[in-house]
Amino acid sequence: MKHLLSTLDLSRDDAIRILDIAEEMAAVGTREVKKLPALRGRTVVNLFFEDSTRTRISFEAAAKRLSADVINFAAKGSSVSKGESLKDTAQTLQAIGADAVVIRHWASGAPARLAATDWIDAPVVNAGDGTHEHPTQALLDAFTLRRHWARARGTGSLGTDLAGLKVAIVGDILHSRVARSNLWLLRTLGAEVTMVAPPTLLPVAAGSWPCTINYDLDDALAAGPDAVMMLRVQAERMNAAFFPNAREYSRRWGFDDARLAALDAHGLAETLILHPGPMNRGLEISSGAADSSRSAVLDQVSNGVAVRMAVLYLLLSGDQQRTANETQG
Amino acid sequence: MNPTHATGDYLIRGASLLAETTADLLVSDGRIAAVGPAAATDARAASATVIEAAGLVALPGMVDLHTHLREPGREDAETVETGTRAAALGGFTAVHAMANSNPVADTAGVVEQVWSLGRRSGWVDVRPVGAVTVGLGGERLSELGAMADSRARVRVFSDDGICVSDPVLMRRALEYVKAFDGVIAQHAQEPRLTEGAQMNEGEVSAVLGLAGWPAVAEESIIARDVLLAQHVGSRLHVCHVSTKGSVEIIRWAKERGIQVTAEVTPHHLLLTDELVRSYDPVYKVNPPLRREEDVMALRAALADGTIDVIGTDHAPHPSESKECEWAQAAMGMTGLETALSVVQHAMIETGMITWADFARITSTVPAAIGRLGDQGRPLAAGEPANLVLVDPAARWTVDPAKMATKGRNSPFRGLELPGAVVATFFRGHPTVLGGALNTPLPLDGGA
Repeated sequence: MKHLLSTLDLSRDDAIRILDIAEEMAAVGTREVKKLPALRGRTVVNLFFEDSTRTRISFEAAAKRLSADVINFAAKGSSVSKGESLKDTAQTLQAIGADAVVIRHWASGAPARLAATDWIDAPVVNAGDGTHEHPTQALLDAFTLRRHWARARGTGSLGTDLAGLKVAIVGDILHSRVARSNLWLLRTLGAEVTMVAPPTLLPVAAGSWPCTINYDLDDALAAGPDAVMMLRVQAERMNAAFFPNAREYSRRWGFDDARLAALDAHGLAETLILHPGPMNRGLEISSGAADSSRSAVLDQVSNGVAVRMAVLYLLLSGDQQRTANETQG
Repeated sequence: MNPTHATGDYLIRGASLLAETTADLLVSDGRIAAVGPAAATDARAASATVIEAAGLVALPGMVDLHTHLREPGREDAETVETGTRAAALGGFTAVHAMANSNPVADTAGVVEQVWSLGRRSGWVDVRPVGAVTVGLGGERLSELGAMADSRARVRVFSDDGICVSDPVLMRRALEYVKAFDGVIAQHAQEPRLTEGAQMNEGEVSAVLGLAGWPAVAEESIIARDVLLAQHVGSRLHVCHVSTKGSVEIIRWAKERGIQVTAEVTPHHLLLTDELVRSYDPVYKVNPPLRREEDVMALRAALADGTIDVIGTDHAPHPSESKECEWAQAAMGMTGLETALSVVQHAMIETGMITWADFARITSTVPAAIGRLGDQGRPLAAGEPANLVLVDPAARWTVDPAKMATKGRNSPFRGLELPGAVVATFFRGHPTVLGGALNTPLPLDGGA
């Protein structure tokens, strides 16, 4: 694994390896000294062309817990806002000596471009690109779900997948990189996925995806999902006629208190609620649901650091090991 | 000083005319002086330069209805000089220069400038396309009549790159150009359905998270326009048809006798949206690359005559416009120097058309649509000597760095293709010889 660009091209073995290493990394996070020397002397650049405090600080925490040096490069207010191209930015980072680039970009495919061109040699981690993918989000969701799934069956989670797990992903699928990355990874790990959305917020070709499509959230909940993943909905979508208004969206596709109660009514004691954040409380999720005992939202955040540690560790020190082996060979 | 008219005589020996009959051709004083046994026995043959053409196919010079020469305004991307050099190398003897220059070709002055630059360069006939609306703004008609009456004698009008989406304006344009036998070449793209669109809308766009460009955005405009053309009894030309549904609508229209002609680009005959998975903007183009079944429908339509012509939509861009994120990249691909080979590969080598069909779709019919009297003519004695010699057995690997166009944005980079242009005769003068540029034939000394 040279880069982490998408979950579509992530093998089952690589995914499970990341999740297993993340378990070890999570243990570090519970210690008093939350730091490993693994990436001492290596430089990780957080290259953010789009605002994202949550993802950036998660990657920053991950890199720092591995003792890497971190450079945060935000496009706003930088030379990028003065018209510098991605190519020039990448070549500059190469010249500075970046060992890994974590890139968040508003344009789908920007990380893939960095990885495919000779602008920069460093491993590239996609921290969310446009409406394409957000692979570390999917990995941290899978990590969270795997722990839950293993606990429910009374086993450990190391080495396991998500075979048989039923997940409903609800909301603006069309514009969601989280939904895409989750779909591919959940399928790779053996889970079953149902996409729940207004028809306007599904790609026209979603019928070709390896999932079930359901326009009706109540119906999807009645089917007994083990986890419900709510996606952020931007209220301004209603201006482009994706739905009439926020209230109608919320009534039909919001996870409100009534639907929270419905989980109990359906006897789904173990069903988790996930949300990648930031949440629009009262729109796609009620406070009652977000703060309920079913909510895994904060687990997702802390697991995010562990998963990103695992990814950086594999891409950076994994490379080193390979180089060492090649040298020996 | 370059010659201002063809001086030499050329005896082309043993060429296969349209790959049908083998014959000699004598080119003299801008015309095909003789064909067959009469060529070698003609008095001028003795002093003529002999070109051994055994194994080569002789075709009428190709005519492109859809070329972006970028001048005036974007001379960093292409100039009339570099674009027409590329055209000559690609086997063309005439190109239609699209109107989306800066300033836009929406006045007699601009079209005469482009026409004049073409005459001065002397590699091919440059026929300017006039903008339908002022500044491609889609609001008011340009001075179509002034452009038609200018020295450039414009007959093809297009806002290419932008659709004439206002139905009333489109209707008026179709009607108005009848006064001088013009044709509206429509870029069929419903603007609201394609806001922010980045690629064909389908399975691939769903995975890539790129805003989709639905086929219906093209098809709905074509459907509207053929009905408008029927209503007002005008000629309509549909630029770069890219979907199976468009083909079906055009077929329907032709069956009803509507005067519609249609064009397809070489790249839409070969490439699909699967290539976009690389996010390499060299594959970003308008209209977008579509699905395999669209490619197959376009090929079939070209073979059965539903689609009339090849138009390259040659669209050179400087490398910085492509070395960037997909969404930031410019749309367009170069095509002049690969058109013949791509069409041979996609259409002739698949047995769907013959070289005679090739002459029809790349020369005879485009010349007729553009009302070019001395292009697209038969290979016969007395006709203007606009012709090309092709080695159909050649194979070559596309290397954009070696092209005459300034654009390096060829989607065929690295592909091995059949067919090579060995010689191009423009008004009796070899602009290309031995597969390389020879000399131009400037038609005025820069007047």
